[in-house]
Amino acid sequence: MSKAVTEVVLESGISVEPVYGPENLAGIDMERELGRPGDFPFTRGIHPLMYRARPFTMRQYAGFGTPEETNARFAFLIANGQDALNVAFDLPTQMGLDSSDAMAEGEVGRVGMAVDTLADMEIAFDGIPIDQISVSLTVNALAAPIMAMYFVVAERHGVPLTEVRGTAQNDILKEYIGRGAWVFPVEPSLRLIGDTIEYCTRQAPKYYPVSVCGYHIRESGANPVQEIAFAFCIAREYLRLGLSRGLAIDAFAGQLSFNFDIHGNLFEQVAKFRAARRLWAKTVREEFGAEDPGSMKMKMIAGGGGGGLTIEQPENNIVRGAYYALISALSGAQTMALCSYDEAYTIPTEKAALLSLRTMQILVEEMGLRDTVDPLGGSYYVEWLTHEMEKRIAAEILRVDTGWGGIVRAVRDGTVQKEVAHQAWRYEQGLQDGTIPKVGVNRHRVEEQAPEVELHPYKPEQAQASVERTRQVVAGRDPVAAEAARRRVHQAAVDGANLMPPLIEATRAYVTLGEITGVLKAVFGEFREPGLF
Amino acid sequence: MDRPTRVLIAKPGLDGHDRGARVVALALRQAGFEVIYTGLHQTVEQIVEAALQEDVAVVGLSVLSGAHLTIAARLMEQLRRAGLQPLVLLGGNIPRRDVQPLLDLGVGAVFPTGSRLEDIAAGIRQHLAVASSSPAAGRPR
Repeated sequence: MSKAVTEVVLESGISVEPVYGPENLAGIDMERELGRPGDFPFTRGIHPLMYRARPFTMRQYAGFGTPEETNARFAFLIANGQDALNVAFDLPTQMGLDSSDAMAEGEVGRVGMAVDTLADMEIAFDGIPIDQISVSLTVNALAAPIMAMYFVVAERHGVPLTEVRGTAQNDILKEYIGRGAWVFPVEPSLRLIGDTIEYCTRQAPKYYPVSVCGYHIRESGANPVQEIAFAFCIAREYLRLGLSRGLAIDAFAGQLSFNFDIHGNLFEQVAKFRAARRLWAKTVREEFGAEDPGSMKMKMIAGGGGGGLTIEQPENNIVRGAYYALISALSGAQTMALCSYDEAYTIPTEKAALLSLRTMQILVEEMGLRDTVDPLGGSYYVEWLTHEMEKRIAAEILRVDTGWGGIVRAVRDGTVQKEVAHQAWRYEQGLQDGTIPKVGVNRHRVEEQAPEVELHPYKPEQAQASVERTRQVVAGRDPVAAEAARRRVHQAAVDGANLMPPLIEATRAYVTLGEITGVLKAVFGEFREPGLF
Repeated sequence: MDRPTRVLIAKPGLDGHDRGARVVALALRQAGFEVIYTGLHQTVEQIVEAALQEDVAVVGLSVLSGAHLTIAARLMEQLRRAGLQPLVLLGGNIPRRDVQPLLDLGVGAVFPTGSRLEDIAAGIRQHLAVASSSPAAGRPR
């Protein structure tokens, strides 16, 4: 420990000097590259007063078991001061399977709540003030039908479509790179995203239809530069989709948001986000011709990344979570969701979720993170590193565009998945040979067995309850209306009309998610994974 | 000439987190094994079929969703029915208390998240060496 550090190279490959000064910023037009907070290019933040006007939104990821249990966890988090919800769905729901499907065995309600029909969503949001609480839906391949369900729930809570606020993750391209909850091939999946962007822009203008995720790309092994670069390549595809539907760039670009990861070197992460804001603003203005500054603001949720947490000495993850929250606040995130300390094992227990929430509250209410905007701005090191990160992110985007034929092709043929997997392997080697330091893993390791942490219990009877409820809902629905709605979904899928209106109709008719997915699979087919490694 | 030991790395079920599976696949290939990766969303039946077709000595399952006990029980049952006895390994988010129940199901070894890559390769070699020196074990062919 007392040995002097001779060489520092960040994960993104940037060498760090022992001291930075004004000479490192020579040649950078600071006035133009920084601007004032709230002004182009938004390096220092997207609002003039940032947290002074309004602190970051706290939005812990939650949802498990039955809709009733999820509803209780939502109420618990709101009662403890959380001001937004981030809904976790179980894997069958994310893959468009009903709880009764053979592939759903052992997974119903395990990593999120089980949703088969509108009835489940109605229970989950019963008594939740969704006119005041913004709700984020973490679902991708089947985002369109789940959004349809949410819009119907909102309508029944008396919130008209024009006033519905919230976000759907709905980023299918990253799903092929990391996380893996894809169903349909790339092209029809993109069409579904186009449908949701177009529908929301015209009908639900306050809703954020897509949250582009660098998070899962980083969690799958990408370095911080690649995290931003690949996410921006994906976001540019979605902007092109919107344009192809005849939407003006300024009508929808501002409704795209981002979801990013935080783990690793503190300064590298802060510089990553400042660089990303600047580069996104330039991209939307220069490449897409936006004129409204609102279109150019990179809004993000950024909390801790599960990839930075360790199985070893799990309580250390509490400390890591606090640092990740600090990084997020220093980076000007709009919304924060922290990984809980048991996240390396399981979905968070109530105790762990509450601790994450308190971590954010301590930061914003005790530690002075609200007091002034972009407190690291102007630091020789941080500004130099921000500039360096921006250059490297831009270079990586160029490599995807010119070397790989664009992100859609790179996803379809598996190039980007292979690149990320190799990066993950190199990282793992670094952990194992100690060149990447990790406390509890390759530093200060304790060889006795780690204590067992309390895990979120799985109750198999939940699956039966879900199957039974859906059986009753299906038995009680109007069979003629359900069949007609199902046929209209099929027709729209075939003839290319926007799928959102028939999906909303199918939701109202209590057509199950599994039935809808079956109709779409029959038309679209299923993705065949290249499987390169 | 000895041909390299064939290993099937499989992602059963709906869980799509394959960073660990891909890293282990790369590490085992580097360690001299011939590795086949199934890709995501495989049914137990598909994995057994792949094990049969590819004639593998080892099947490594990666499960991060928590459904490892359900999946392992079904895989062991299907392998038995197919008359296959590969060395079965399990990796992923496996709490310590579930290790013995998995071994009781017939899983050869469990490598939870955080295991060293070289230990996985060494573990395979050790298990296969023991199996080939014991007349009662090994693959029936």
